[in-house]
Amino acid sequence: MKPKEGQVRIPSGCAIAAVIARDGERMSGEGMIRAMEPMHDRSNGLGGGFAGYGIYPAYKDFYALHLFFDSRDTRKTCEAFLKTGFEIWHAERIPTRKIPAITDEPIIWRYFVAPLQSVLADLQLDEKEFVVRTVMEINTRMKGAYVFSSGKNMGTFKAVGFPEDVGVYYRLEEYAGYSWTAHGRYPTNTPGWWGGAHPFSLLDYSVVHNGEISSYDANRRYIEMFGYQCTLQTDTEVITYMMDYLLRRQGLTLNETAGVIAAPFWETIDRKTDLKDKEKHLYLRTVFPGLLITGPFSIVLGFEGGLMALNDRLKLRSMVVGEKGDRVYIASEEAAIRRIEPDADNIWSPAGGEPVVIRVKEGAQI
Amino acid sequence: MNGIFIMPEFDVIRSDARCTVCRVCERQCANGVHAFLEEKGLMVSDETKCVNCQRCVSFCPTHALKIVENPNRLRENANWDRDTIREIYKQANSGGVLLSSMGNPKPLPVYWDKILINASQVTNPPIDPLREPMETRVFLGKKPEKVSRGADGALITTLPPQIELSMPVLFSAMSYGSISYNAHAALAEAAARLGILYNTGEGGLHEDFYPYGSNTIVQVASGRFGVHEKYLETGAAIEIKMGQGAKPGIGGHLPGPKIVGDVSRTRMIPEGTDAISPAPHHDIYSIEDLRQLVYSLKEATRYKKPVIVKVAAVHNIAAIASGVARSGADIIAIDGFRGGTGAAPTRIRDNVGIPIELALAAVDQRLRDEGIRGNVSLIVGGSVRSAADVVKALALGADACYVATAALLALGCHLCRTCQSGKCNWGIATQEPALVKRLNPAQGSERLVNLMNAWRHEIMELMGGMGINSVEALRGNRLMLRGVGLTQKELEILGISHAGE
Repeated sequence: MKPKEGQVRIPSGCAIAAVIARDGERMSGEGMIRAMEPMHDRSNGLGGGFAGYGIYPAYKDFYALHLFFDSRDTRKTCEAFLKTGFEIWHAERIPTRKIPAITDEPIIWRYFVAPLQSVLADLQLDEKEFVVRTVMEINTRMKGAYVFSSGKNMGTFKAVGFPEDVGVYYRLEEYAGYSWTAHGRYPTNTPGWWGGAHPFSLLDYSVVHNGEISSYDANRRYIEMFGYQCTLQTDTEVITYMMDYLLRRQGLTLNETAGVIAAPFWETIDRKTDLKDKEKHLYLRTVFPGLLITGPFSIVLGFEGGLMALNDRLKLRSMVVGEKGDRVYIASEEAAIRRIEPDADNIWSPAGGEPVVIRVKEGAQI
Repeated sequence: MNGIFIMPEFDVIRSDARCTVCRVCERQCANGVHAFLEEKGLMVSDETKCVNCQRCVSFCPTHALKIVENPNRLRENANWDRDTIREIYKQANSGGVLLSSMGNPKPLPVYWDKILINASQVTNPPIDPLREPMETRVFLGKKPEKVSRGADGALITTLPPQIELSMPVLFSAMSYGSISYNAHAALAEAAARLGILYNTGEGGLHEDFYPYGSNTIVQVASGRFGVHEKYLETGAAIEIKMGQGAKPGIGGHLPGPKIVGDVSRTRMIPEGTDAISPAPHHDIYSIEDLRQLVYSLKEATRYKKPVIVKVAAVHNIAAIASGVARSGADIIAIDGFRGGTGAAPTRIRDNVGIPIELALAAVDQRLRDEGIRGNVSLIVGGSVRSAADVVKALALGADACYVATAALLALGCHLCRTCQSGKCNWGIATQEPALVKRLNPAQGSERLVNLMNAWRHEIMELMGGMGINSVEALRGNRLMLRGVGLTQKELEILGISHAGE
């Protein structure tokens, strides 16, 4: 039997795209589906996915858990487990559309949940840490159940298939979000199930990534010291955990985080004349050597209220950014941006290791 | 009956057709192998004194000399081999413990040679070190567990003391006494030029080398030879030597004939006395005692220098290292059973300790399992022979490698393994002035710099092939390694997959 993703490491090529409305205006998921069309050949039909932010306003105070199940029994067991730590405010099947291009679907549900305060007090954990531990617990221990989205007022949707078809399958035109990311995958081997598709997400962090990082095992073995468990053996999974560790657990800023994972070369640091900046970079590289990422990557990190785009230090993967009014677009190819905004101006290629951070303007409703 | 005659190990083959009786061999051999036979006008050899150091062969202007295995053999016996029988004769003659030098020469497994390195093909690009930056700089020392910020929100960037190296290699401990002044001069100069560190070993630091302090690790061993405040102040880091791979469980040995002049003064012990360091530190009988010495040394140097604790790779090394990581040490150095020595009891050198590859893999994994890998850096030594060994060690989880035997080879050592005699014809493991001056420190440091630069280029090529452009991303990256011909258990301990998996 062919191994499933997670039992074997599968290198992949990819296409990524993202959009954000700085004024907080809601956009349907359809735009992202269209953006992926001209990049069709960057995927091979073995994985596609999307993440939307601001899509669950009615449940915005609840963690939206999206889960794959292999059977009804697994779902029942998992729900019983969830009830030991959470109040389940609402549970439902995620609406999908039967199309010939998407087959072999698992059972897909979403739960809007709130951690039980008594449990948090008992474990002496904050809310987010408890959610993270629950996700790790289900994904590593509960065979046949897999949490693929766990943030508030955001959601990840992914499947094995071309991204355009995955978007149609999940009826993304029915959702409205202030930012979206999209991913088309070109894995070298059959993933065997849907968990390996991207985006990969934890809490409200989601990552779409194009590349194959050569630092994978150094990063994985480092991050696993802190309770994260890489079950899928994919780059995107480990990058997501690294983001969570640096941003949430260490409290670094986005720019500082970029300074760790796509650190400037030593010779660049040596040449810096701003001594404070020099000292900061020297510090970050010295403290977090295990979290430097090498090899090609272009990633878009989604988080509550914004996006960050980042390339590897040598810019071994293409990635462009464009703007139109309050909208900012990011994609592997300019064609993707032109498809949904033909008049996009100020299209540029961020330099390797240079983070591009876009946030929703202050005061805008998210 | 007097002693049993021990047949010479080597035969000196001299081509009389080529020999011009220039008598260079005679002058070069401190062991007195070669002599001029006046009445016949010929050179003759006394093979019983030959250690096969290749000095005469290298210097013979007409290439008239060869040193070969003595073809005279005892009757073949798969159980009682030649060395075993020879050692029994020696012990029957003398009643003594046998001494040997340099690393374990027995045909035990060399795991480096059963590990292969990855390279990028198609799905990600190899990186060309001739055209792109390729970083080999490393910082050794404790890393803070949590970042902290000042009132203004800016990162507080003070760090525990760190050692900066231009490449992940350091020259390992070799004491002044076991090796010569000129050998130390060459190591110190090379370390400074390379931007790396060398290590004094346990014999103190000759005052001429104080200017190289920022490239020096000063060692504190159980004999405490030459340890004083200024010595500690001078080094860039302090190493507590708990053990040595070549002789775990015992202290250093320096035979009396090597303790002369400046060696005696630097060690602060009388001339001609054997310097036999105690097996344990007499103030460390347990892990909590180690902690006290670590902090005593930190107090003495006002917490400005990282403290390295060097231990021999022994059976329970993972648990020991985990304990050391919780004892205030900034860096742990682990020395494998193939590590060299200037003198060690043969039985201990050849039978005690475990391979560094397995020790390293076990320690790195244990420290990660305990979540304390960031508390310490790991240096490994005990026969790191090439840039490929360095790359494999880093990928298994080391931060840097100690090299000593390779450095001595660069200085001219021919691995005759007779350092304990003090008659090193290459001017390295000797204190006889006439021999010491054979090693020119300027040329020696040049060769060390050449060797390390060559290794650095090779490390960069190997890293680039893997698509890695910084050593940080290589460290602990075990996915870049595959085993060949290893058992499931060996692979499990090394934490790597078999080739083809």
